[in-house]
Amino acid sequence: MVGDLYQRSAHQAVKHVTLRNETDAPLSDVPINLFSSRRSRLFVGRRGIVASTISTVLIVAVIVGLLYIPKGGATVRFTFFNPHYLWLSFVGDPSHGIDAIRDGLVTNIWMFLVSEVLVLFFGLLIAWCRISQSPVLFPFRVLATAFTDIFRGIPVLLVVLLVGFGLPQLQFGFISDQSPAVYGVVALTLGYSAYVSEVIRAGIYSVPTGQLHAARSLGLSHPSTMRHVVLPQAIRNVIPPLLNDFISLQKDTALVSVLGAVESVRAAQIFAAADFNESGLVVAAMFFLVLTIPMTRLTDRLVARDRGRRLALIL
Amino acid sequence: MNDVILQLDSVVKRFNDNEVLRDISLELRRHEVVCLIGASGSGKSTLLRCVNLLDRIDGGEITLFGQSLMDPRIDPKLVRRHIGIVFQSYNLFPHLSVLDNIVLGPVKAQKRKRDEVREEAMVLLERIGLKERANDYPERLSGGQQQRVAIVRSLAMKPAILLLDEVTSALDPTLVGEVLDLLTELAHQGMTMLIATHEMSFARDVAHEVAYLDQGVLVEKGTPAEIFTSPREESTKNFLSRVH
Repeated sequence: MVGDLYQRSAHQAVKHVTLRNETDAPLSDVPINLFSSRRSRLFVGRRGIVASTISTVLIVAVIVGLLYIPKGGATVRFTFFNPHYLWLSFVGDPSHGIDAIRDGLVTNIWMFLVSEVLVLFFGLLIAWCRISQSPVLFPFRVLATAFTDIFRGIPVLLVVLLVGFGLPQLQFGFISDQSPAVYGVVALTLGYSAYVSEVIRAGIYSVPTGQLHAARSLGLSHPSTMRHVVLPQAIRNVIPPLLNDFISLQKDTALVSVLGAVESVRAAQIFAAADFNESGLVVAAMFFLVLTIPMTRLTDRLVARDRGRRLALIL
Repeated sequence: MNDVILQLDSVVKRFNDNEVLRDISLELRRHEVVCLIGASGSGKSTLLRCVNLLDRIDGGEITLFGQSLMDPRIDPKLVRRHIGIVFQSYNLFPHLSVLDNIVLGPVKAQKRKRDEVREEAMVLLERIGLKERANDYPERLSGGQQQRVAIVRSLAMKPAILLLDEVTSALDPTLVGEVLDLLTELAHQGMTMLIATHEMSFARDVAHEVAYLDQGVLVEKGTPAEIFTSPREESTKNFLSRVH
């Protein structure tokens, strides 16, 4: 008890000191500076542009410096960034029987276009099965859950290998005599449908229950409610993550090269093996950048526009 | 007696072990307006949701047009096409224009012709002075305007009964009037309505009958004059003295 009292009085003593007004000066006499410091003004307005330019130049200098200062800099510049080989790998070398990366790109593009359409379709279907409460759909619900568990768990590269080498060995009619690119599309669709169905499912759950109540109270059937009220809002909510998955999918078309499909990466590797120059890889990399950067910008713009005024985008 | 269109007999609703409606009996006649009053959580909203079959009751019976809604052969969709409900938070569809919000139910649920419904919807919108906003999206409208659109959306279904669940509670005080005016107009035109509300003077003006609920129990009901000027029960007196 005594200790307790002692502590309390000590505490009060400290409090008293900190509460005392040290200066006793009236508040209006204290000089208050509202101007920003000179240093922070560097980052405002036109000065801000100057500052950003300087920092950009510096960063670029550091990156370029990496190609010049290290011992292997010259080698890297020659084997990866050689203008002659960059161009040659892009247009191909028919006299030596070397495929153009340009032609490989076409394969990448159709693979991801077809996959994206299929992924959207199956993603919706699987999400629909998983959220359904109808007893009739019970087996589909179990299947859909198993499907997402399996294909989200296996690396896409393995799915590509299993499908691409497995299906041909089935020796089962047309299923077994497709080109590697077609098996690539199948594998990518399997893997990405699992992801996209989860994204769509999250989007469906993000629609407020009040919307469901309103639709049901208008006497709409469950399919009508989904089609006209829930899905349009769900899809809008998930456009950014959905396009994110699509960008991933576009890049993963490169994995199909392991099946021997001559898409851009495979073409670059063939070129490298023939001409001992890796510039083709850089060409392929630039191609993927050229494709994905506009896609991300598009995503940002769609989202901004939709926010500004509710516009019908899809469905 | 014959013009009773909605009848609740000893309705019981539980959420787990919590009884939110205890033995509620109520009648709604054609062209009649009944107001449910009571504190938040007294069961007013739940009662409306049960009538519209958005919630299932655990005991008692609800009869609509002489047919028990507890009958397993009842199709909730058909019931809801005759009973409109308007929610506190409007729940307009944000991805559809004002006009499409109104047209959706009649076209998709009642399978009526879109052109015909659009025309009717425009007439309704004109009546509430929002004809010019037909092609706007709901989020561009004020709360009061949105709630009036929500009421019109229900009316477009030509319901026999309109349920209103504290439709002014989420509104800015300056916007409450325009919504209550619309409801008063509807009442004068003979719309049958069951209204959960905190607006006592509105209830006094338009209701034919007022029912006071307290913790899921229908404490007393009567004409507005009986309830507001000479309530019999102590808890009704308490409640009214707190809201006035």
